[in-house]
Amino acid sequence: MTAVLWIGGIIAILGAIGVVAFRTPVHSVLSLVVNFLGLAALFLSLNAEFLAIVQIIIYAGAIMILFLFVIALLTVRKDPMERPKERLEGQRQLGFATAVVVGALLFVVVLGGQLFPVADDLPEDFGTAASFGRELLITHVFPFELAAFVLMAAVIGVVVLVGRKQL
Amino acid sequence: MNGELLQGYLLVSAIIFAVGGAGLLIRRSPLVILMCIELMWNAANLAFITFARQWGNLDGHVAAFLVITVAAAEIAIGLAIIVLIFRKKDAVDIDDMRSLSG
Repeated sequence: MTAVLWIGGIIAILGAIGVVAFRTPVHSVLSLVVNFLGLAALFLSLNAEFLAIVQIIIYAGAIMILFLFVIALLTVRKDPMERPKERLEGQRQLGFATAVVVGALLFVVVLGGQLFPVADDLPEDFGTAASFGRELLITHVFPFELAAFVLMAAVIGVVVLVGRKQL
Repeated sequence: MNGELLQGYLLVSAIIFAVGGAGLLIRRSPLVILMCIELMWNAANLAFITFARQWGNLDGHVAAFLVITVAAAEIAIGLAIIVLIFRKKDAVDIDDMRSLSG
């Protein structure tokens, strides 16, 4: 278990750093996929097998393909590189300092907090699609309906935004 | 599985969240900014699933699933807005989009 945490965690963190560090957006997308795969390994080791599969299929599959399509659509004319010089003086330094402060605060919260006991007697089907489906469709059916509404609003919004007027 | 190990998961989540926040503040390509928001969503997801494992309770899984749903909706809308902006003014840098500042 410790080995999974180390390997998956390092892969996920390296992927995250790659997203920020790479200059071209396509490389950032591929690095984000690496991050998602590392996170999926961590999910699996936390008995969340259904969400690990969802992470790979929906995130690393569908959403990243959407990103790649948009990048391919936009880079027909020229490479979408940002300018070397920022308008806001010292944006890099300020942004980096803010992120370091936020990260340090989160570390303090995690390491300084009380250690609660971990549940040992997990049910046999913890995190499987069957138990997750029961939880989602029986206990949390209202958030489920809300999610369906959000997705429908998003689809209509996209059609209104970029759909051509005369079909 | 003990408490120290789960703390390690939370630390990974904190690092990914901070890296995503750094990218959000430093990078100026709208596409990369959206990707950094994805990173931060995922860091939150990892924390949700870690706590679900800690308490042996599936509520955290449902929350993580809703986060994935909302992230998908947000990415669809965000990319549509980026496509619209590119169609209008060929801007590849977030600094070019300041017509609201007068």
